Amino acid sequence: MSRLSRRRRRLPEAWRRPLAVVGGVIALTWLIVAVAAPLLAPYDPLAQELPRLAPPGPDHWFGTDQLGRDIFSRVLYGARVSIPLTLLLVVLSVLIGGLLGACAGYFGRWVDETVMRFADLVFAFPTVILAMVVAAALGASLTNAVLAVLVVAWPSYARVTRGLVMGMREREFVLSGRLLGFSAWRSLRLDVLPNVTGPILVLATLDIGTALLLLSGLSFLGLGAKPPSPEWGAMVSSGVEVFDSWWVATFPGLAILTVVLAFNFLGDTLRDALDPRTARAIKVRAL
Amino acid sequence: MTLTISNLQVSIGGAKILRGVDLALQPGKVHGLAGESGSGKTMTGLATLGLLPHGATTSGRVDLAGRDLLTMPVRELNQVRGKEVAMVFQDPATSLHPMLTVGRQLTEHMRHHLRLDKATARAKAFELLGKVRIPGAEAALKRYPHQFSGGMRQRIAIAVALACSPKVLIADEPTTALDVTVQAGVLRLLRSLCDDLGLAVLLVTHDLGVMSAVADEVSVMKDGLVVETGPRERVLRTPSHAYTRSLLDALPGETA
Repeated sequence: MSRLSRRRRRLPEAWRRPLAVVGGVIALTWLIVAVAAPLLAPYDPLAQELPRLAPPGPDHWFGTDQLGRDIFSRVLYGARVSIPLTLLLVVLSVLIGGLLGACAGYFGRWVDETVMRFADLVFAFPTVILAMVVAAALGASLTNAVLAVLVVAWPSYARVTRGLVMGMREREFVLSGRLLGFSAWRSLRLDVLPNVTGPILVLATLDIGTALLLLSGLSFLGLGAKPPSPEWGAMVSSGVEVFDSWWVATFPGLAILTVVLAFNFLGDTLRDALDPRTARAIKVRAL
Repeated sequence: MTLTISNLQVSIGGAKILRGVDLALQPGKVHGLAGESGSGKTMTGLATLGLLPHGATTSGRVDLAGRDLLTMPVRELNQVRGKEVAMVFQDPATSLHPMLTVGRQLTEHMRHHLRLDKATARAKAFELLGKVRIPGAEAALKRYPHQFSGGMRQRIAIAVALACSPKVLIADEPTTALDVTVQAGVLRLLRSLCDDLGLAVLLVTHDLGVMSAVADEVSVMKDGLVVETGPRERVLRTPSHAYTRSLLDALPGETA
């Protein structure tokens, strides 16, 4: 008993690898930035009072853009726009896709057919194009961009959850739960779902990067955030107009890159930590 | 409470799995159900409680104290499952929830069916673990299934099944996954529970040795039909059906 609890207190091996640490540190830094942007930013992200297109230097670490705004401050404030929305987006698609997929897998028959045919319908379109169509149809705004990404993001959770639930519902302890008189919902909630959360959590973490890319992609295309807002995709887009001033597009681009990388590292780590079997298999193959 | 299965038929996707099964379970009696794998033993157990794979169709009658379980609405059936008729599965490694403590699994459906508060349910769980002879019940309640041996897990599974004092227990190959010495213990436990609590037990097994040790009545199944039924002594000593004889002949070391 004591040996068990002591082992649990130590950080699992997967979390002590370099990539995990790097991913964790970067992600944590961005979260802190998102919370504390007003304290960290040297300038007002919207104020257009600085020299235009000043290159990076001691006064403006990331330079200024064509309207005389400090890019460093805008990148910091951008974290407040992009990161919470991305997280919200992923949480919502896990909830929606997961719930629909769980019902499809558990109840089968017409529920399964209905849900999964809708999922297939979405899958049949290229993700970015469908998201663009939805965003354009709803009208360009950040909220609509989030909705658009949500429309294309839920089916992958539905599919994964459905598969896991179908495997789980045939397990004896789930049957035995039903035979003890648990209703279908109770059985789904108590017996099935806790046993499928691991893989879904991994998928969600890996998906944070994709969702952020898609969301800033929509803004880049002018279907998301509106101009004055310091959204990274929109900033990259405005940087493209002044291509000679490389810093305008590069720094928000780097911000996107680091967040995506960090969450991919975290997702990989989470998978290794939650599923030691595949992690070991991969290691053996690597040898 | 007696459970009478009459002319139970199940087919899945056009294939007839059960072709008219008749069985009668009496309180205080262990009814053994023998037969090779694929003969429909497990299906009989599951169909009795209305838990069949998608696409299965059933007909016939499963009578529990005047009510037909086959036509009962699910809401009512959920009140019967676990409370009046409970089931124990073959493999105790998979029939317990891996992520809940033994205490939680024992109390969950007691609280649900009997509307007990936490403390009462816990006290009852403690008592149940004693009844199935799990030592150190207080500590056992806080532990997870994987921390127990196979035989102990099966005892726990039996305790879970008995928690709401059902009148009928369906035990589907309860000793098959256990080694022989542990088997004997679990069988003795089933027998004594049957005698003490007046349970009607349906003991599904392919092992005629197990059968002859505890069963009062024996039915033999083949291809979805009960081909022979009667008191243990008669069926095992003077089998009337050719299939029963071949099953008996297949027992090693018991050739006459």
